Amino acid sequence: MSTFRFVRVSWLLQFKMIMRSPFDGFGNVLYPLFFATTAFFVFRAGTSPRTLIYASLGAAVMGMWSSVSTSAGSAMQRERWWGTLELLVTAPRHFALVLFPSTLGLASVGIYNLVATLLWGRFAFGIPLTIEHPLEFGLSVVATVLAFAGLGLLFAVSFVRFRAAWVLGNFFEYPVWLICGFLVPLALLPRWVHPIAWVLAPTWGMNAIRESALGGTPLPDLLLCLGLGTVYVVGAVLVTNRVLDDARARGSLSLT
Amino acid sequence: MAAIEAADLRRTYKTHTGTVRRRSKEIEAVRGISFSVEPGELFGLLGPNGAGKTTTIKMLITLLIPTGGSARVLGLDVVRDADEVRRRIGYVFGGERGVYERLSGYDNLRYFAELYGVPAREQKRRIEELLELVGLKDREHERAEGYSRGMKQRLHVARGLLHDPDVLFLDEPTIGLDPVGARDVRSTIASLTAAGKTVLLTTHYMFEADALCDRIAVITQGNIVAEGTPEDLKRGVADGTVIEVEVYGVADENVQRVRAIGGVTAVAVEEREQAQVLVVQTGPGAELTQAILGCLNGSDIGRISHREPTLEDAYVALVSEPSETTGRHAVRQASTP
Repeated sequence: MSTFRFVRVSWLLQFKMIMRSPFDGFGNVLYPLFFATTAFFVFRAGTSPRTLIYASLGAAVMGMWSSVSTSAGSAMQRERWWGTLELLVTAPRHFALVLFPSTLGLASVGIYNLVATLLWGRFAFGIPLTIEHPLEFGLSVVATVLAFAGLGLLFAVSFVRFRAAWVLGNFFEYPVWLICGFLVPLALLPRWVHPIAWVLAPTWGMNAIRESALGGTPLPDLLLCLGLGTVYVVGAVLVTNRVLDDARARGSLSLT
Repeated sequence: MAAIEAADLRRTYKTHTGTVRRRSKEIEAVRGISFSVEPGELFGLLGPNGAGKTTTIKMLITLLIPTGGSARVLGLDVVRDADEVRRRIGYVFGGERGVYERLSGYDNLRYFAELYGVPAREQKRRIEELLELVGLKDREHERAEGYSRGMKQRLHVARGLLHDPDVLFLDEPTIGLDPVGARDVRSTIASLTAAGKTVLLTTHYMFEADALCDRIAVITQGNIVAEGTPEDLKRGVADGTVIEVEVYGVADENVQRVRAIGGVTAVAVEEREQAQVLVVQTGPGAELTQAILGCLNGSDIGRISHREPTLEDAYVALVSEPSETTGRHAVRQASTP
């Protein structure tokens, strides 16, 4: 109970901080609109309206992913700049649990990205907004947010050990768009890319969202997305103590 | 059982130089220090910047793993029992960092209360009490980014006390504060031992250590060079004399010559506008004015004055001389419980 309460309160306060940053807020408002616009111009050559919905959903998840991948690293860096990282480490809670609400908060911003992208596509370009299975669609979005938060957590823990690694957050942003089929189906990519895509939860989250919106069977993708998200969280928990011990031995926690 | 015990505690860091041909170098920040703090005691680690105070405190609060020796807090080893140590200690450092600026003071405390596992039903009362204690009541719902440095510092103190820790580590908590802000923080610290807390305080302000601490250890270059009550330290220089010589443009070699005079225990150079003041501490019964002036040939000499040594002189003497001097060990042995 105490743990759930901690996650809830921390998520709320993290969300408050994200919303109060004018630059983050500005980017979060504008980015989804750029993604939706780009997707529309790329795919408008297609004749089927489903192609546009396909692209619109892809653009929406792109926004969600960008929010997590770029912000998870910089969030850790910010904790260093603010001098709060050491306080988080000396707290009696497990450090992975301390970080989770932070990455969950960032992933939650992705929900706004998704909604804004779909609405922009609908009202600016007339892309129909029909969701075949609304319940499954909602569940798929939640599962994707949780899986993204899990992956963000794994990144964040690594960024505690490698100070400069927050830059890698930006590096991961674009390849995942491509590899996980946000814009083009995975089937069009070389076969050697497929195993990489399979171990990335965004692939399955994207599939689940599309399947539920376009009238397919999202459940297997949804479960795979959640399963991989759980693997990321477990992985992060397992490496946390090792990462922290290493940082304590090197004396790198207070460095910015 | 001592509340805090350090035995031959050491910490070295690796630093790198060069870009293409990187070379690593080991820096000994703490060189085998030992001390113990009794429950309910306010113990001061006093030393100049870079003396090893913060490194020592970071080893004790589990943020750094010692490279040698051992340390225990409330009987728990800081490396093996790090999780349990964290539950029972509070940590407050000086400066403006360590605060979530976009959150209000109240939300900062709420977050850390959750982080430290303060039960939900106690949180509100505890936060209200602490806001009252540190004088932030009525400003708690403002964002911390609008707080003065002193207010942020008091917020730090409140945060460190949220989970009612048995032992509190305060790392230069008044650094950079104006006199009024520093006085407020000091009075809060004084009230902690009255409430039965064990406090380890680091500072480089002699008067602060004198006013607050039951015992003091003076640390310089990673070594403890003296330990005892403030009165013990004062006694260490009470029999000597301080000669202050105003001089215009004193050369380093002249200062070294003064330092080498028999009976001189410490020499410091203070900058005062265009002039420097050579502050020379001498041992009991020594009349060294002429000898000092003889070493300053070629320099323009201004006013010369004699005075009784202060506690600050004791501190300067301790941190500016090699630690092997026997007098310092005597202070330590005389006062160690």
